[in-house]
Amino acid sequence: MSTIRVQTKDFNIADELAVMRQNPAIGAVASFIGLVRDINDGLGVSSLTLEHYPAMTEKALAGIVTQARARWRIIDCTVIHRVGELKPCDQVVLVIVASGHRADAFEACQFIMDYLKTRAPFWKKERTPQGERWVEARESDDVASLRWRTDAVQDAKNEA
Amino acid sequence: MLKVLYFASLRERVGMANESVSLPTVATVAGLVDALRARGGEWPDVLAANKPWRVAVNQEMAGFDTPLNAGDEVAIFPPVTGG
Repeated sequence: MSTIRVQTKDFNIADELAVMRQNPAIGAVASFIGLVRDINDGLGVSSLTLEHYPAMTEKALAGIVTQARARWRIIDCTVIHRVGELKPCDQVVLVIVASGHRADAFEACQFIMDYLKTRAPFWKKERTPQGERWVEARESDDVASLRWRTDAVQDAKNEA
Repeated sequence: MLKVLYFASLRERVGMANESVSLPTVATVAGLVDALRARGGEWPDVLAANKPWRVAVNQEMAGFDTPLNAGDEVAIFPPVTGG
């Protein structure tokens, strides 16, 4: 099964894991939590506001999880992304992937985050000492996402 | 008519979150973008070809040649920065 939630309130990874651990077929769980940092591009960040496109967000996240399921043997998957105003040290995003063995869980978790960064309709606006500013997309996120293209994966295998 | 939505920095620059727009003569994303640019003012710059804005049609990422039909929801926004 898959759980996908977009919410303003915080999440607790222990609660989410407790639900997954009920399934005895699961032998591996990999997770990622993204946090708000207090600095970005050389300026202090006192808070950030996450805007999203409500009608599209969960659909986009579900699409990413479907792609992950087509590529790895995933038993259970949870994606939670927060919106609204957040402060440094707050949790932003949680991805948990459960599988029979670790390789599927590790790779799928990284894939979901890389795709979320470039395909899910969220935008961050930071408050800094010089005023508010929209966060610009990073080229490194595009590169991270492109490495999962099936032809890129095949190239890497051929080189290995 | 089309329902057109704007998000984040693009929403702030055009000064609205959504509007109704007549289906353009060339009923594609490219046709809609041309019609919006033809408004003048901020529009040609906001939707300049060298700016990295994105388009979704009915909540799916779309390209210039994606066809549009009456009633479609078109969203225009900057590259995403979640996670």
